[in-house]
Amino acid sequence: MNTPVTSSVNSMIKVWEIPGGIHPPENKTQSMQLPLGSLPIPPQLIIPLNQHIGAPAKPIVQVGDKVLAGQLIAAADGTFSANVHASSSGTVSAIENFVLPHPSGMSGECIVIDTDGEHAFIATDACEDYLAVERLTLLDKIRAAGVAGLGGAGFPTSVKLNTKSTQKIDTLVINGAECEPYITADDMLMQVRADDVIAGTLLLSHILHHPARLVIGVEDNKPKAIAALQAAVKNARVTGKDSVIEVVAVPTKYPSGGAKQLIQILTGREVPHGHHSADIGATCVNVGTAAAAWRAVRYGEPLIDRVMTVVGESLTTQRNIDVLFGTPINYVLEQHGFDASKASRVVMGGPMMGFTLPDLRAPAIKTTNCIFAPSKKEAPTPPPAQACIRCGLCAEACPVSLLPQQLFWYAQAEDVDRLQAHNIFDCIECGACSYVCPSKIPLVQYYRAAKGSIRHHISEKEKADRSRQRFEFRKLRIEKEEAEKEAKRVARKKAADEAKALLLQKTAEQKAAAANQPLGATEANPVLAVPQVAAVVTALAKANSDQLGFEEQKARLERILGAAKNSLESARAPLVPKNLEFPITEEQLVRQQSRIKQCELKLAEAEKKLADFLATSAPAAEDPVAAAIARAQAKLSLSPEEKLRANIESLQARLIKSQEKAEQAKAENSPTANALQLGAEKMQQKLAEAQAELAELELFNQKQKTKPAVPAQAPISVEASAAEQAIEKAKAKAAALANMSDDEKRADQIQSLQTRLQKAKERLAKAEAENDANVEAFRTAMLNLEEKLNALLNP
Amino acid sequence: MFELIIQNPISSALIALVGLSLLFGAVLGFAAVRFKVEGNPIVDQIDTILPQTQCGQCGYPGCRPYAQAIVDGDAINKCPPGGQSTINALADLLDVEAPQLDAEHGTESEVKKVAYIREDECIGCTKCIQACPMDAILGAAKQMHTVIADECTGCDLCVEPCPVDCIDMIPVETTFKTWAWELPSINPIQLIASDKHQHTGEAA
Amino acid sequence: MALLNITSPHAHGPLSTSQVMRLVLYATLPGAFTLAYFFGVGVFFNLLIASVSALAFEAAVLKLRNRPIGFYLQDYSALVTAFLLALSLPPYCPWWLVVVGSFCAIVLAKQLYGGMGLNPFNPAMVAYVILLVSFPIPMTQWATPVTLDGAHAVSISEAINKIFGGQAIDGYASATVLDVMKQNASLALEEIYKSEPLLKSGYFASAAWEWVNIAFLIGGLFLLYKRIFTWHAPISMLIALALMAAIFYDNGSSNSGGSPLFHLLSGATMLGAFFIVTDPVTSAVSKRGRIIYGAAIGVLIYVIRVWGKGYPDGVAFAVLFLNFAAPFIDYYTTPRTYGHSKARIVIAKEKEANK
Repeated sequence: MNTPVTSSVNSMIKVWEIPGGIHPPENKTQSMQLPLGSLPIPPQLIIPLNQHIGAPAKPIVQVGDKVLAGQLIAAADGTFSANVHASSSGTVSAIENFVLPHPSGMSGECIVIDTDGEHAFIATDACEDYLAVERLTLLDKIRAAGVAGLGGAGFPTSVKLNTKSTQKIDTLVINGAECEPYITADDMLMQVRADDVIAGTLLLSHILHHPARLVIGVEDNKPKAIAALQAAVKNARVTGKDSVIEVVAVPTKYPSGGAKQLIQILTGREVPHGHHSADIGATCVNVGTAAAAWRAVRYGEPLIDRVMTVVGESLTTQRNIDVLFGTPINYVLEQHGFDASKASRVVMGGPMMGFTLPDLRAPAIKTTNCIFAPSKKEAPTPPPAQACIRCGLCAEACPVSLLPQQLFWYAQAEDVDRLQAHNIFDCIECGACSYVCPSKIPLVQYYRAAKGSIRHHISEKEKADRSRQRFEFRKLRIEKEEAEKEAKRVARKKAADEAKALLLQKTAEQKAAAANQPLGATEANPVLAVPQVAAVVTALAKANSDQLGFEEQKARLERILGAAKNSLESARAPLVPKNLEFPITEEQLVRQQSRIKQCELKLAEAEKKLADFLATSAPAAEDPVAAAIARAQAKLSLSPEEKLRANIESLQARLIKSQEKAEQAKAENSPTANALQLGAEKMQQKLAEAQAELAELELFNQKQKTKPAVPAQAPISVEASAAEQAIEKAKAKAAALANMSDDEKRADQIQSLQTRLQKAKERLAKAEAENDANVEAFRTAMLNLEEKLNALLNP
Repeated sequence: MFELIIQNPISSALIALVGLSLLFGAVLGFAAVRFKVEGNPIVDQIDTILPQTQCGQCGYPGCRPYAQAIVDGDAINKCPPGGQSTINALADLLDVEAPQLDAEHGTESEVKKVAYIREDECIGCTKCIQACPMDAILGAAKQMHTVIADECTGCDLCVEPCPVDCIDMIPVETTFKTWAWELPSINPIQLIASDKHQHTGEAA
Repeated sequence: MALLNITSPHAHGPLSTSQVMRLVLYATLPGAFTLAYFFGVGVFFNLLIASVSALAFEAAVLKLRNRPIGFYLQDYSALVTAFLLALSLPPYCPWWLVVVGSFCAIVLAKQLYGGMGLNPFNPAMVAYVILLVSFPIPMTQWATPVTLDGAHAVSISEAINKIFGGQAIDGYASATVLDVMKQNASLALEEIYKSEPLLKSGYFASAAWEWVNIAFLIGGLFLLYKRIFTWHAPISMLIALALMAAIFYDNGSSNSGGSPLFHLLSGATMLGAFFIVTDPVTSAVSKRGRIIYGAAIGVLIYVIRVWGKGYPDGVAFAVLFLNFAAPFIDYYTTPRTYGHSKARIVIAKEKEANK
């Protein structure tokens, strides 16, 4: 099954060119003078839970736990995450936020291990022949070892290798280009661990179902690494299914080491915008990652260290080291004779894409390929930017063919739409444009800031849209509730009215009938029939009230009116003795008179009802909005005096009601009695206020009347001036706030706190008096306020 | 007769012009109807720009009512949560001069905030729930309440009603996800518009 | 320890804007000395007056705009403008002409638009055109080259008298070859060459001017070698000009506009090609854009020179026309971004953005 591999012939392989690119001084020899070194185990390891792209891992150890090197201390949280292992043996001394290697200098959760110096390894699970193992099991092994992209991005490797069924990988690119100046970590790794890299390549080939091409791209400025790899290819054991590994020397040019750029160089294919390289059948893996994946599968070794370049003129020793993750950078620097007075900055990563470390206590992590500590001469403080002269050097240098200077203008103007139109999100932030810019404009920073603000904009927009939806839904919900209540109320009222009307109609009819009919017959009926009919009618009306339209109601009222008229007519009809034997008695006459009177009354009532209905219901039924407007206008047209009077009236009505309620509650010994009583008192107070105001206004009006020159404008001007006063007051307050010194602001704050405290105290006292269940809560609130106040008073 | 009209320069010119204007009028009218672009009503556009905090600081019950008020002629500088950028966007949309934020309605806060309920102090009165325009507070009577931070717009309408004063407005923390570089600050190149800023001394 | 916290990259290329401008200044020197060799010290007077006045105007405007003066003067851009203007003005022209030119270039064409990098038109060419239109007579009177019969070198005192005193000097004032061509448009080329001393004594094109152009070409090639600009604009301009001349050569008949070599080595062709057309601020940006930009200038120069009625040379006008068109060219020559299938339709996206 295993056959010797054939080595590739480099010169035969076509290499494509990428646009742009630059040739900065390579500076790669400094760190290659010494062999790969290692550091004594640092006394403390600070191991961040998020050393990769994706969700931070979840700690599975406790403070005080003893851990061994390679022991899992934090488990991946979901697929898009990576395991974190102890880099050395020792005791977990803390799990807390610690400054991370990030340009922001922000902190994140870390597991701190006080090392014991023994570096005792946990037992690992070796695998002699990976071909005998399921692919998914291999992926699990890689995932378990916490392997993430060591090239810089830290993409969880198992996720990258677990391609979708739609993505057929035909090219596996192993990235050994390492185009950044100064960095030689991959170069060193390829020289000393070429076998691991090749074995890893074959392993990945196996996992990816044997792509047609296996290419290792190495820049042609690393002849030793190329030779080592080629030798390793010769010695490697491959299956018959594996393609020949091509070790390709690509022309040295920055940034050929970008994954997309290297794929373009080696295959001529571009990853379409918004897609992953797997979509075009290519997967790119860093050499270090390939080696780590191999060690994870073959020896079950978790990823706890990596090769890292330590370079820069402010160090006495410049070399590559094997660094344990979690080793503080200042420890690394100390070990290399770092002279802080000489250094201009400390960069994690290379000079082109690395970021300055605001805090040197940050630890080295999986993506730390280089610590660059240049002297002030090596990386001087950049001069102030001059004007852009549109020289176009940046556009020429851009490896993704953007127009850097246009982007620069739009970034300055924060023109989000145009930035996106000019594809700012395709910028890989390689820094080539800033490098060539003769005016030394920090272009990349503009792009980074612009990208950040665009992302911010987008998320704000999304949130605003969601907020709008929620708000509108809430409004709808409340409206619906209100409408339901209102509908119920209207329905009840209508039903009652109708029942009444029907009852009246019936009675009228009965009475009219009674007038025409022999007395005996009439007397029997109303007593029995009327209540029954009324009940039925009420029920019916209730059932139908919702469906009753305006027209129907009108028609009904008209019918009632007609009936009333008829009955009156019949009542007025001269009394004709039905039987000559019974002459019209005095009694009968009197009865007729009263009946006529009754019918007249009924008629008047019916007429009034119809008129009322037409006047009020008609517009309301047709256009509630118009009605509301009319009402509002009516209110508006009221003079302030009238308004106040109306207000007082309604207040009085409410007061009476609330007093009644309170009385009732008291009588029933209800728990709400106090609150109700309080409400009533409040109402009384309001009423008093309103009355006082009215009195004042009346006085004022009288005064105005004595001055006949301005009779009409008086109320308006009063109102206007009141509004103006309010506005003035608010303005003054705002202005005062703006002009306030810190002291004044504090005084203001203190005052507001004091009022709040006062309120809280009152509340507490009341609650205590009433033996409220929430006394404790009120007390804490008050204490809190007191504390706040004290803090302000005694800073 | 016809010839006479044609011959007369004034009448012929008149006829030609009237004819042309009728023709073009018809074409334009047709185009206006046929190719009419269904524009977004201006209220919607304004509403889109507003920050949707529904805080009511503008004096209207929510963002959309304020959008309607702007259409009806109200000032565009009454939205403190949106700040100057919203005012600028509105000014841009409505093609008017961008005024300063009206301090009467509040000041723009530099940091975004969200409400936070100190849960052990909450007595479950539901007052904040009723006040929240976003339905972003979860809870029931006599039960502890909590804020759904993702939905909170930081309008602080819930702070006042709380009887035990257990709601704090805490600033939204920058995370690694939301952090971004700022625009370079030391920058002697400036656009013409910024000429009004005084430079002190020689080159920075 | 004060560690910087700045964004990448932490390495920068060696080229700076001031350096670019200085190199451009050096590259004009062969042309300047050649001009001085043929036309005398007047060239240096022009350079001096232009430089001093340009720096003074620049400083004055920066002061008015509250800008750091030293910082901006150190970019040498004003000096470059002054040199280019001085080299295109006739030697021994009155001093105020040069000062007015500097004013137009620095104040009107450059600072009023916001200073370096923001001017849409080449300042030197704007100034040249304003002077040409406003003062046509002093602007078209060139001294006779010293190499011609009857001409003599102008002494310094004579030059001072002429420049500051307005006095006439002997052997002064003849037209340039392009004027000659224009004035004798009815003759066949051969006849013009026979009759005109300027043309008769030339090796490739015309006396003096061919050498001046070759000197500017050398300066330009130096800049090209130094990678101050790319070849696209100047070479496409020269090729376009030569092509136009070849197409309309018409065997030297009376309709002919002159040979390609004649056009390449006459007037301000080389100065324009390597010092004006390559001005990055006012030209198109992309490579394709620059080819179009240069070629259009080449065509326009020929059109104005041969078929234009008023002016003998057309470099300034052609450049200004294409300055107008540069944003338009940029608009349609934006390169295809990596990973985008079509050359991006910025227009459509911008329209969207405008909504």
